[in-house]
Amino acid sequence: MSETYSTGRRPVWCPGCGNYAILAAFKKALTRLGLEPWKVVVISGIGCHGRVTDYLRTNGFHTIHGRVLPLATGIKLANPELVVVGFSGDGDAYAIGLGHLPHAARRNVDVTLIVHNNMVFGLTTGQATPTTPLGVKTRSTPRGNVEPPLNPILLALASGATFVARGFTGDIEHLAWLFEQAIRHKGFAIVDVLQPCVTFYNTYQYFRERVYKLEDEGHDPGDYEAALKKALEWGDRIPIGVFYRVSKPTYEQLLLRQKEPPVKVEPVDVTMFYELFR
Amino acid sequence: MGPVDFTFLVGGPAGAGVMLTGRVASKALVRGGYWVFATNEYPSLVRGGHNWFLARVCERRVYAQRLPIDVLIALDEMTVERHAPNLSERAAVIAERASIRTALTVSVPMSQIVKEEGAPLVARNMVALGAFFGLLGYDLNLVEETVRSEFKRRSRQVVDLNVRLVKRGYSYGREYEGALGFRLPHTSNSKRLFLTGNDATALGALAAGMRFYAAYPMTPASPILHFLAAIEEDAGIVVVQPESEIAAINMVIGAAYAGARAMTATSGGGFSLMVEAFGQAGMTETPIVVVEVQRPGPSTGLPTYTSQGDLRFVLHASQGEFPRFVIAPGDVDEAFYLTAEAFNLAERYQVPVVVLTDKYLAESYHTTQPFDATSVRIERGKLAEEGSVKRYAITEDGISPRAFPGTPRAVVRANTSEHDEEGFGCSDPAVVRAMVEKRQRKFERMREEVEARSDSVKTYGYEEPDVTILLWGSVKGPALEALRELEERGIRAAVVQVVFLAPFPTNRLRAELEGLGAPCLLVENNATAQLGSLMREHLLFSPDEVLLKYDGRPFYPHEIARKAEEVARK
Repeated sequence: MSETYSTGRRPVWCPGCGNYAILAAFKKALTRLGLEPWKVVVISGIGCHGRVTDYLRTNGFHTIHGRVLPLATGIKLANPELVVVGFSGDGDAYAIGLGHLPHAARRNVDVTLIVHNNMVFGLTTGQATPTTPLGVKTRSTPRGNVEPPLNPILLALASGATFVARGFTGDIEHLAWLFEQAIRHKGFAIVDVLQPCVTFYNTYQYFRERVYKLEDEGHDPGDYEAALKKALEWGDRIPIGVFYRVSKPTYEQLLLRQKEPPVKVEPVDVTMFYELFR
Repeated sequence: MGPVDFTFLVGGPAGAGVMLTGRVASKALVRGGYWVFATNEYPSLVRGGHNWFLARVCERRVYAQRLPIDVLIALDEMTVERHAPNLSERAAVIAERASIRTALTVSVPMSQIVKEEGAPLVARNMVALGAFFGLLGYDLNLVEETVRSEFKRRSRQVVDLNVRLVKRGYSYGREYEGALGFRLPHTSNSKRLFLTGNDATALGALAAGMRFYAAYPMTPASPILHFLAAIEEDAGIVVVQPESEIAAINMVIGAAYAGARAMTATSGGGFSLMVEAFGQAGMTETPIVVVEVQRPGPSTGLPTYTSQGDLRFVLHASQGEFPRFVIAPGDVDEAFYLTAEAFNLAERYQVPVVVLTDKYLAESYHTTQPFDATSVRIERGKLAEEGSVKRYAITEDGISPRAFPGTPRAVVRANTSEHDEEGFGCSDPAVVRAMVEKRQRKFERMREEVEARSDSVKTYGYEEPDVTILLWGSVKGPALEALRELEERGIRAAVVQVVFLAPFPTNRLRAELEGLGAPCLLVENNATAQLGSLMREHLLFSPDEVLLKYDGRPFYPHEIARKAEEVARK
């Protein structure tokens, strides 16, 4: 079934990489949503995740490091009929591209952002990122990381994101379910995906022992304060699932109103403005 | 008395309405059939300091400001102090009170008048405006019509009050009518436009079908954002002010990839931030237009002043090798038509295009005939059939048919990594070579286009000159005025303007300079003669003399004329 979205190219990711799970879950979600490949645009940044555009038979834009969100915003504003999904890594989204995340969230542009959060730079062979836990030794922190990690869920909530979720690559079915809801959501949706890097920071066992599903414990995704509380939970138990969801007008609705989308290229009659210059 | 040709200056602190006064005065004169060129100077602050608006009024088209000043409208005492040395012999000074021996003083009790009329103190400028036109003996109805038009978005009450203030000032000025040695008849009802380079750039983009604009505020490019945001609804376009210049250009690239005509504008500092994404547009072959309004650098430099220091920067911006256009308009007409054409060039060759202006062009006002928007054609270049997936198909001219996402049964894959014909990442040496050569073939076609275009190099003045003035961009205005000043001194001069800086019009330029066969003076608003270095690079040509100015101020025609005269008489 997912073959509709396959390009036939064999991924070059390490065997056991969490990216395979994200790719499989995403194809499942597209299939369930019944989206035709030509209506979907996938944007990827720089990092191991970036190759995902090669493996998806949809429209694709493999952009530069950290710029997934502004690029996605431009695409959505120009043609709101497209389903726009950004893929990013923890380096791409939370380090170099962090300047864009709160703004995309507060504008509520109807774009889904899927973050491959493996808490390490993989493609550049193992340096610390903003989500690397304290004390972890990487090639750039050989004596242990001294920088406290960023909390992406809390940041997204504080920024006004209207759909905030966390997934785990150890549970593809659950991940597909999250992606499906995120894409269905009208507005900015972020899914932070806990993903082990089998080569530089293997956390499979760690997460498998700790994750639990918010929906299993009666969390109400409409409750912002409860979402904030759950966002702070990180330790023996780590919640996955939908933290928060609210319906608000989208950026493109507010900006476009009754206008034709910008992809309709036609001259503007400038003579109507000449009086301003007389 | 000869034809009307005089200069006035409005001066005062920031926040006193200096620019508004100058603009309304100029517009009233343009409505009456005169041609006005105006430029301004203001420090980077919101209140206080000293701002001025300098305008030259002629019966023919005028391209640059000139000194000395014939009428000084002083909204504070500092204006009189500052500009007294630049007053002409016949000058008049309109001020609250001033005693200056070298000029006629028109004392107008502006503060008292606004108090009597119950207007705020800032409205003193309207009284001064009235006095100016009284002094000139100009048609008061025309002035009133202009004031009403300028304030039409304000309440009836405010408009009427302003008109009353103008009339009161007018009667003060009227007492001195004729004292200047000339009167200004109302010659015709003109429909000419009085607008800045930034205005013209924005209008050109709209005429070309640009319906997506994203920009981060930066002087002196911000007026484009302000204008487009103000007319967004009427024009039916999308205007976005994102979190940074990096976001702005990436949004523009996204919109262009989706199929829109999209643009951003900034100054050198903002363009520095855009550089990586500029290369992204080159690699992904996404057509975008970037307007770079130069100001003096490096770094923060002089935010509100002018410079031509970024030419080499935009020519080489970004890592790697890819084709781009760099086009430098020299006046508002070129700003309009070349910005419109920039979209055609961007889409036909699928490359980024830089429209390179500067503060002097962008914020100075020119008078011109209404632009002929019907002459702007939209050429979108090669578009793909439905179902095509080879976004980077190897073709003879290097240009691959473009499809837009959302095209039924097609998937469009753009890639900043080196890629194969379908847009998949690829490092195979044969494919890499083919892609590099494909982009290079586009450059060859672009070079041919530039050599074939009659507007890539423009020549003005005498065909067999005593001296040739070589320049690019906004220096055009002062140089065209210098031509006339030289003519008065019996020197025949020609001006050669390089309009396309990339690809460089080597052959056209060589033919032009050889045809003129005169000693050459290169004039640039920078410290390192950047066009000069391009001339050596492409033509092995060195000018006989170089005139450079790098104090943030534009050239005055007499500065160019003086140097050109030296070169001609050598």
